[in-house]
Amino acid sequence: MQDLFPEDMLRFRRIEDVFRTCCRNWGYQEVRTPTLEYLHLFTAMGTLTPSMLSKVYSFLDWDGWSGERVVLRPDGTIPVARLYIDNLSGQELARLFYVTNIFAFEGTGKENRERWQCGAEFFGGAKLAPDVEIILLAEEVIRRLGISNIALQLSHAGLVKALLKELKLSPGEEAKMTNRILEGNWQALTKAKSTNPEVDRLVAALLGLKGKSSSFLHNVRASFPKASQDFKSSLEDLINITTLLDNLGCSYKIDIAAIHGFEYYTGVCFQFLAAGEKIGGGGRYDSLVPLMNGEDIPACGFALYVDPIMELLPLEKEQKGESEILVKGKELTPEIVETCFTVAESLHDAGHPAELDFTGREESNYRWVVLVSGKEPSPFMLTDCIQKRQRDAASMAEILKVVSEG
Amino acid sequence: MKDYQDGYIKLALPKGRFISPTASLLAEIDLGFEGYSDKTKQYRLRSARFPSLSAKILQEKDISIQVAVGNYDLGICGSDWIEEFLVKYPAGALVKISSLNYGEGSIHVVASAEAGIANLSELSAGSNDYRIVSEYPNLAEAFALNLRMRRFRIFPVWGAAEAYPPESADLAVLWGKSGAHIATQGLIPLKRLLPVTAFLIANRESLENKDLSRILTCFSSKLTAEPQTSIENGLDISEELKGTRTLWQAKEINLALPDGHQQAPTSQFLKRAGLALQGYFEEVVSRRPSADLDWLGIKVIRPQDMPLQVANGNFDLAITGEDWLLELLYRFPSSPVKKLFALGFGTVKIVAAVSQEMPVADIDELRSFVQSSKFAPLKVASEYINIADKYLRDNHINPYKLIPTWGASEAFLPEDADMLIDNVQTGKTLKQHKLKIIDVLFRSSACLIANKDSLASSDKKEKMEFLTQKLRAGLK
Repeated sequence: MQDLFPEDMLRFRRIEDVFRTCCRNWGYQEVRTPTLEYLHLFTAMGTLTPSMLSKVYSFLDWDGWSGERVVLRPDGTIPVARLYIDNLSGQELARLFYVTNIFAFEGTGKENRERWQCGAEFFGGAKLAPDVEIILLAEEVIRRLGISNIALQLSHAGLVKALLKELKLSPGEEAKMTNRILEGNWQALTKAKSTNPEVDRLVAALLGLKGKSSSFLHNVRASFPKASQDFKSSLEDLINITTLLDNLGCSYKIDIAAIHGFEYYTGVCFQFLAAGEKIGGGGRYDSLVPLMNGEDIPACGFALYVDPIMELLPLEKEQKGESEILVKGKELTPEIVETCFTVAESLHDAGHPAELDFTGREESNYRWVVLVSGKEPSPFMLTDCIQKRQRDAASMAEILKVVSEG
Repeated sequence: MKDYQDGYIKLALPKGRFISPTASLLAEIDLGFEGYSDKTKQYRLRSARFPSLSAKILQEKDISIQVAVGNYDLGICGSDWIEEFLVKYPAGALVKISSLNYGEGSIHVVASAEAGIANLSELSAGSNDYRIVSEYPNLAEAFALNLRMRRFRIFPVWGAAEAYPPESADLAVLWGKSGAHIATQGLIPLKRLLPVTAFLIANRESLENKDLSRILTCFSSKLTAEPQTSIENGLDISEELKGTRTLWQAKEINLALPDGHQQAPTSQFLKRAGLALQGYFEEVVSRRPSADLDWLGIKVIRPQDMPLQVANGNFDLAITGEDWLLELLYRFPSSPVKKLFALGFGTVKIVAAVSQEMPVADIDELRSFVQSSKFAPLKVASEYINIADKYLRDNHINPYKLIPTWGASEAFLPEDADMLIDNVQTGKTLKQHKLKIIDVLFRSSACLIANKDSLASSDKKEKMEFLTQKLRAGLK
């Protein structure tokens, strides 16, 4: 369990603000889903992997006798897909974004059970353009946050699935292999020798080589003319996306292993890394909406992981700002306290941030200090902390005038 | 941090099915405990050979948990209860040292032969909602998740899982001696999850830090390579199974009757009421007795499970205890189940008791005592989790920890718990174990409970009233 301190929240809000602004600029609308969802939303094949499912916090709800269980939201995308299916499926296109926490049952009790994500999902639309849109949107957020040395890795779930098919495993073994891969164990794929040396050659090439432009994929296409139709069509899809990214000047690396953790991806998948750490990822998941009993609507999306991104942002001090005012009471008499509150309220109403202080501590980082003594004819003393000048003030109107003029 | 230098070793020994093979094994390896037999009334045993070794007899369900939390260094219990723990808490401090190579049967996933479920692939395909009943809810959940069943609901039960399919559950996860044994219960095994054998287990921290070698050496001749007992995670869904499909007749009104201690007084009561039954009054009780009313279906299950099973509509009426009804209602107050009338037998007191040595006379003194942090957190053993939880909250005992038990909570005091909340008839057992009652929560006796929706249903109303009237005649 983790507390977020004021300096953490400054970074948190900065990420959130940049993310929201970018999403809005691209026409995305914000949604929020409940923390508790029904377990059955996440159990179907093609949603969460078994290892993720074994880490959901699940429990009985108020109608526990029915046996229906609820979970603490273990994933950001599936609830948003549910929201889309339940309420927005009449829309041809839906661009949605969210900032949310997700929960994972953490076996050791030492790591965090709650993590934050900024995510965006694109429902409907044709292929290609939305894929590129979400990649560019994610990249823009990261760039605007000022994170340097980022790497974008691209893969394609269709390519991986086609490769697995070529190994001609039994359905049970194929499912096991899929689970291993989704948990990051790509070595399993090289160990599973197929009967076809051509397939082994393909596996070795894709796991061993990391291309940096669409040319690499053209080379793959030319080197493996006997690859299956499924493989070729996924390759074509990835070629189209990478060509577009090349032309838009977006750099990336093709790494087939850049898929992690989710069963629902069907098309292009991507991950962003900074300082070697994953800070976001996403991809196309065309089967998820129909699998959840929605219509046959294609979709894609991504999420940025707030916790590692916070680590990458420089520490910020709470900015007292150029306009912050401190209102101090000279003594703690009821009259002075009351006057201080009146002064603060007037300043707030006029749009100035103003903070109260009755402790007599040394002030710092303020633009102005109003000392309330309550003694006529000039019950206030106004200090200009920048010009280092003090002056008496007779009325609130006078204070407002000086402060507003800067 | 525990003191590992004292050399004092605690061993948890199983009650029930493994008593006699475990006793013979211990005798054979010269680690016998006097009084460890089927007939024992005591819980604490001392080793004749090692003065620093003590043992306690516990329910097997409790042993895996008690060893994992570190109350015992070593334990012997069945692989089913070990896996039930580990499948949910794989990082738990429970280490399997070795199989002891006795035990029988396996944990199976079964369906009723009449349900028409032929193989496992039917379960993961489609979007049917499957009800799974089990004494092993964690194993049942892991099975359902691994199979990628889209919709399932798990109903944990205290026992009698075999009685539920097909009307009250689609699947059950239960122990069976063999496929044939399961078939005699009208069930077909769909998958074997794991064989049941006794295991020597240890607490991880004890094993890493404490010298247990004297005891482990005694077992050395018995330690063997570990047979395959972890639950099989594979998606082996090829087993084709053909059940004989007969038509099963749904009944209009379903009544649940208790097994165990409550069976004899309930029989007396039903005879007085003039309800003619076959298969319940006899010494060997059938799970499905029949009545001379053709619209009445009867099943014999655990009284603990009845309130929830009536609430979810599997039964319209049931004879259970008021304690178990409250246990459900405290957790889920809007459950559609209500008490119709008390039956006047099976009366017990639900009490809070502590060791006679604890210097408190009532719950108020206990509150101050806990606040003085002598016993913070207060460890409370109870088989009534929700009743105990509410009682402790209402009395502002803070902090406390609940230790769920499966009966015989007195075995936990004073070493593994500070207080118990349990039922007593006379209080004699508590006195024998040097415990004293500090509060009586309430009195409970057997009662007839009904599903509220059934009571209001126009289809069922008349027959429900007929049956309740008939049962009312049994009141003395």
